Amino acid sequence: MNPLFPFEWIVATRFMREGRMQTLLIIGGVALGVSVIVFISALISGLQSNLFRRTLDFQAQIVILPPEEIARPLRGLNNQKANKQESVLVQARAQRLRSIDQWQKVRDQLLLMKNVTVVAPVVSGAGFVIRADANRAITLTGIEPENYLRLIALKDKIIAGSANVTSSDILVGIELAKDMGVSMGDKLTLRTASGGTATLMISGIFDFGNKGQNQRAVYVAFRTAQSLLNLAGGASSLEVNVADPFSAENIAQDIQAQTGLKVESWIATNAQFFSALAAQSMSNTIIRFFVGLTAALGIASVLVVSVVQKSKEIGLLRATGTSRQQVLRIFLLQGALMGLMGSIVGSLMGWGFLMLWRGIAKNADGTPLFVINFDPMLFLYAALGATVVGTLAAMFPALRAARLDPAVAIRG
Amino acid sequence: MAEYNDALTLRLEGIRKAYGVGTPAETEVLHGIDLILKRGEFAALIGPSGSGKSTLLNIIGLLDQPNQGKLFITGQPTELLKDIELTRLRASEIGFIFQFHNLLPAFTALENVMLPRLAELGHPDDEMRLIAAELIEKVGLTPWKEHKSNDLSGGQQQRVAIARALVMNPALVLADEPTGNLDTKSADSVFDLMREMNKTNGTTFLIVTHDPRLAQRCDRIIEMVDGNIASDKENLNVLKIGDNNTHIS
Repeated sequence: MNPLFPFEWIVATRFMREGRMQTLLIIGGVALGVSVIVFISALISGLQSNLFRRTLDFQAQIVILPPEEIARPLRGLNNQKANKQESVLVQARAQRLRSIDQWQKVRDQLLLMKNVTVVAPVVSGAGFVIRADANRAITLTGIEPENYLRLIALKDKIIAGSANVTSSDILVGIELAKDMGVSMGDKLTLRTASGGTATLMISGIFDFGNKGQNQRAVYVAFRTAQSLLNLAGGASSLEVNVADPFSAENIAQDIQAQTGLKVESWIATNAQFFSALAAQSMSNTIIRFFVGLTAALGIASVLVVSVVQKSKEIGLLRATGTSRQQVLRIFLLQGALMGLMGSIVGSLMGWGFLMLWRGIAKNADGTPLFVINFDPMLFLYAALGATVVGTLAAMFPALRAARLDPAVAIRG
Repeated sequence: MAEYNDALTLRLEGIRKAYGVGTPAETEVLHGIDLILKRGEFAALIGPSGSGKSTLLNIIGLLDQPNQGKLFITGQPTELLKDIELTRLRASEIGFIFQFHNLLPAFTALENVMLPRLAELGHPDDEMRLIAAELIEKVGLTPWKEHKSNDLSGGQQQRVAIARALVMNPALVLADEPTGNLDTKSADSVFDLMREMNKTNGTTFLIVTHDPRLAQRCDRIIEMVDGNIASDKENLNVLKIGDNNTHIS
């Protein structure tokens, strides 16, 4: 008996050692449950951060656009004076390409906001690339590389050349390059609906891993796009990244209130993606709940049996000066210990499964299918959670043990 | 009515106990028991099965509550005590020896003797180990003190139980058929050990027994019949150790 340990601990551990088989079985059961939770949680959080990264790599977290133009009928003033109501049918206005009014000032204002990390002005519009008889419709984006490349992971997707466009350069997708039969250093003519034309040299080819984007996206320098789209000195949108992507919606609303511009966060524009993430998290929670419940029932049933088996010993303890509270604690402690030990073994098992998974789930080129995060906090939470669950599960058997009538228990 | 007296280990006044109170099957098993045990007495409680011996013993041991009547342990009234206070009083003043299952099999002989002190103090220490070792020595089990209790013979287990019953230095030891499970030779030596502890420590013993041979070795014989004390007398011819061939029927 170690003098460091209290009476309840000593009795609880002796009881557990005495019922070795039961203890090992239930620890095994809890361990299996915890390993499933650890594995699934790591898998799902890895999957989510992967999806998340893929989503945010290609879009700004907040996009600021000029306010939509609306039609304002000027009629009816006279009728109003005459206290008459008149209903008017107004056709919505077509939204032409416009610049954000005084976008430089807005940008400076945004940069002063905390949480805002990058602000990149963008000019974008529709156009065609033309080479000989071939032409393709494209979406033209004019960027300031020093800002824009901090916003979007374009640099990582470049397979040839560089993303740093100058005024005579153009970046095209791999599909568009194939369609047009061009490669690095070739020239392409760009024409927009507003009549701008320029012949630019391909300085980089990117692959977004998405055929549509590889066909349609084209990047040019900011000023080149301004002149092509007839928007001299203007910016059709400001794209913003913030420190915490999940606070984007709140910040977007702040910006809207401050500037009166149209502000969209990625959270609002990717509602589907978010509901998918939420559904995944929900399924993870449900799995955790039921695995936890199973472990709790296992611990409870083992302890209920133990209380019945040991009722004479409990009676004896009570007769020789052990209080009800001490008996209660002896059994609660057993539940907590079973949970804790199960979770330690289970965490190791879960870690092993993840390692195994990492070995199996690979892309054809040998890179991992997606990165799984080993969050040490997950193991800590699993240990804490299992201990709490074990203690709660032990509550009913422990109360039963504490309420045993010692006279009856000893008589049997 | 007797005055409170330090020399009184136990005083019972009109103890009544019924089971199934309020149901048609209500049965009263103790019909108003009055009993006094003085300090250092060595008394036998005899009687046929169902006469209420064990119920009375449980009530005296604070394991069960009477429906009526008063119980004083070393002069202290017990009727108003809460469960935790009863546990403390039981731990400090009463030692138990049962017929079966006296020891926790997960612990060694020495640890079993330590348990009541451990429960009281919360942590093991050298002092309780020393006290327990001394008692183990007194009951002659020093070579077996590190054995798990299941590895001990029935007689040895009862000796450990005696040591455990005495470890808190209680005023009263209650023994419920302590030798009922043993062969004659072991029974005699266990009985002699209790007698010796009674003599040397002055601890009061109340022993429930079916064995008239053992009862005849006690100073006082209390006989219960049908929930009443039928007779209670001093045993003037206490049989001495070794009078094994004497049989009383």
